[in-house]
Amino acid sequence: MSTSPERMAPDLEIQALSHSADSLQDRVQRTLDAARAKGASDVQAVVSHSVGLELSVRKGEIETLEYERDQSLSLIAYFGQSKGAASTTDFGEQALLDTVEAACRIARYTEPDPHAGMPDPALKAGEWDDLDLDHPWDCDAEQATELARAIEAAGFAADSRIENSEGASVSTRRAIAFLGDSQGFMGGYRSTRHSMSCALVARDDAGMQRDYAYTVARRAADLDACEAIGRQAAERTVRRLGGRKLSTRSCPVLFAPEMARTLIGSFTRAISGPAQYRHSSFLLNAVGESVFPDWMQIEERPLTPRALGSAPFDGEGVRTRNRPLVSDGVLQSYTLDSYAARRLGLESTGNAGGARNVTVQPGQRDFAALLTEMDTGFLVTELIGQGVNAVTGDYSRGAAGFWVENGEIQYPVEEITIAGNLKDIYQRIVAVGTDVDRRGNIHTGSILVESMTVAGE
Amino acid sequence: MIDSLAQQTLLDPAGLGDHELTTLLGTTFGRGVDGGDCYFQFACQEGWSLEDGIVKSASFNIERGVGIRVVRGEQTGFAYSDDIAMPALLDAARTARSIADAGQSGRIAVASRAPSRPALYAPENPMDSLDEQSKIDLLKEVDAAARAADPRVTQVMCSLAGVHEVVLVLNARGELTTDVRPLVRLSVQVIAQQGDRRESGTSGGGGRFGYRYFLENDRAAGYAREAVRQALVNLEARDAPAGTMKVVLGPGWPGVLLHEAIGHGLEGDFNRKGTSAFSGRIGERVAAKGITIVDDGTLEGRRGSLNVDDEGTATQQTVLIEDGILRGYMQDEMNARLTGVQSTGNGRRESYAHLPMPRMTNTYMLAGEADPEEILASVEDGLYAVNFGGGQVDITSGKFVFSASEAYRVEKGKVTYPVKGATLIGNGPDVLTRVSMVGNDMRLDPGVGTCGKEGQGVPVGVGQPTLRIDGMTVGGTQAA
Repeated sequence: MSTSPERMAPDLEIQALSHSADSLQDRVQRTLDAARAKGASDVQAVVSHSVGLELSVRKGEIETLEYERDQSLSLIAYFGQSKGAASTTDFGEQALLDTVEAACRIARYTEPDPHAGMPDPALKAGEWDDLDLDHPWDCDAEQATELARAIEAAGFAADSRIENSEGASVSTRRAIAFLGDSQGFMGGYRSTRHSMSCALVARDDAGMQRDYAYTVARRAADLDACEAIGRQAAERTVRRLGGRKLSTRSCPVLFAPEMARTLIGSFTRAISGPAQYRHSSFLLNAVGESVFPDWMQIEERPLTPRALGSAPFDGEGVRTRNRPLVSDGVLQSYTLDSYAARRLGLESTGNAGGARNVTVQPGQRDFAALLTEMDTGFLVTELIGQGVNAVTGDYSRGAAGFWVENGEIQYPVEEITIAGNLKDIYQRIVAVGTDVDRRGNIHTGSILVESMTVAGE
Repeated sequence: MIDSLAQQTLLDPAGLGDHELTTLLGTTFGRGVDGGDCYFQFACQEGWSLEDGIVKSASFNIERGVGIRVVRGEQTGFAYSDDIAMPALLDAARTARSIADAGQSGRIAVASRAPSRPALYAPENPMDSLDEQSKIDLLKEVDAAARAADPRVTQVMCSLAGVHEVVLVLNARGELTTDVRPLVRLSVQVIAQQGDRRESGTSGGGGRFGYRYFLENDRAAGYAREAVRQALVNLEARDAPAGTMKVVLGPGWPGVLLHEAIGHGLEGDFNRKGTSAFSGRIGERVAAKGITIVDDGTLEGRRGSLNVDDEGTATQQTVLIEDGILRGYMQDEMNARLTGVQSTGNGRRESYAHLPMPRMTNTYMLAGEADPEEILASVEDGLYAVNFGGGQVDITSGKFVFSASEAYRVEKGKVTYPVKGATLIGNGPDVLTRVSMVGNDMRLDPGVGTCGKEGQGVPVGVGQPTLRIDGMTVGGTQAA
């Protein structure tokens, strides 16, 4: 160890926000006032601030130590049906005025849009529950170093074929943001996000493979243990050694939970307001249609305490609510902000800023049971490239994973693609596992698809 | 002498003169420190977008800050401040320096570095190159050209973006370098509909100059027509083939192949750490004879070009592969020092709030001798791919993908019919050994690429001539 702990403890409090809630609210209010003074008919302003620390260790030594401290002010000024947006990271008084001026200047040039404007006041959040999102972690550089070392050491210890590392890292971040508008809305809250990760490299005669593991949570106590992360990273890396291609074929495909999430991500983009009003969705005007099999349920749960995607109100101050997106396979609703809602003649669904905690209801079977059900097919554990056409639903992505026979993993597979069309892929889902991955904004278990085209040798 | 614009933008407002910079250097660096820098940046950007025939939204953003990085051995300490004022700078300096020994600060003199060659772009704010009404008119011209091109066009979305960036790098040796960088981009997406079928097409261009570039040579309307052409081709596209086959790649933007298959794997950080499939392979054959690939940050006005990189090092042309043999990696200062070579001017960062690392600039393959027609005529059965979306690579296993957005089936030496977009997958260290023909039509992309690495996006360029690759896996749905 070449770096003593004393050197690693600079004189600052990691999770101490340097702007108080009062001063941020005041900044929002001054922005609103300045825009109104310039003649704006309506204004929306957001002020945010965050502090954080990210530390990475590689081969036992500190590699990077980063202290983060961000702040930003953004506003949208409406002059009737015309609008202008501006933002800055400069918290000086002149910058506030310059930014307001920039938004107002732009609004003089943009053309009136009949659908532009503020959300319906009746939909705004009045009071809201504390969603338990703020759990500062008193983790300084010294403690982060010890944790990262423990993670990486567990990875190296797990398997002798782990010969190199891209490092283990620990990060913690605390943020506060306030949203205000000229209709009198003012709301904000603090939130935290902590994570630990590890990426390892293994080698055998055929070459090298890399993989990783991570844990992320609002509360440090909810993070996985260091040893588990390191061990999981090692297992995931080593099991990829000796990957083979498959011959071109059609076969069942089982998406591991972290990959299943990407299938659902394409769905949430397809039902978003802009995709609908721009006619650039493969699920255009699909409310009321059977998009998934009739046993599938998908909900949006923005009010789940401590979840990573939770928020009491959206980016326009509209109250969020837990609601069904898909019931018995039938699409129930799009995800709309107030602009998209007016375009489509509907009401805002509180989705300015996107869908939150999209949750696929798990089925009855665990991952092992899904492997058994698949019997023979491809288990996909990694996807690379974009390869999804949002307009047509055509899907073609690079994949790696495992060939499965008789419900058991046979060998690792790499350098192949899987392809189909998402509308068809969704209809061909035969099971959702109980192995739900909650480390993001989409919560789903493994997803088994009856058949897709695999391209290989 | 410090560039006056950089001085006025970054130093004067904070009252930073020679005395203050010397104090900052002494606090940040000195003994026990191997490198690092204070990276001062001012960036303002605007974006105008058109949809439904009207320019309904636009935005303007200003960022200003300093990133302070202290490097000691393989360790980096980093802190940044969006407040360019002496107390905040010294606070960030002490925080970043916590990676190194306490005390031992010394006196380092500030020395301005003059440019080593003529500038690759004018130090002008591109946002001032057209008045606001002309920006709106430009977008309307694109919209009108797209709608006039074909009645099946149902949606046109286009946007105009400009960035004006001023950077000042003060490194651990006291060397002070400045750069003023313009960047503009015009993008078009159209959707065309025929019966129940809808398809999209995209186009655009840009570089390090002002907006007037788009007014010249009918460029703006040209992008519109190109996007419409792609959408109409895709309306006729049949299912793409699945399996391994001969692939002919068109010139220009399909060079994203090189960026993914070769480029990332030759970045110095991965190679120092030994995590790249190309690690330790300098001098080995990684491509067919006749193939030479360079990374060149010195092309005038190109999107990926820089006078100096984000560490103040002049950019250069770096030969990566020469006649099929791996010659070198792309380096920033830290990775160069740790591996005993010189920086190649590839140290880049997204902003003052991000750490620099080795990144590509403009990466392209030099022209060969084959006539592109002759290359197509030589293919009995295969795929001809001329436009692509993005790509991605796993640098450790070497597996990479890039996704075609316009492709055709080739049968008996003839282009027969368009096929739907499909992902192509291959292995970086051997894909270029399968190149059997290199066209004489080298072209650079139109200036729209952004590369992502560890969450940081930077503008880049790619280019290549028409290529024939004898065996790549094409990820369609129809068994070939």
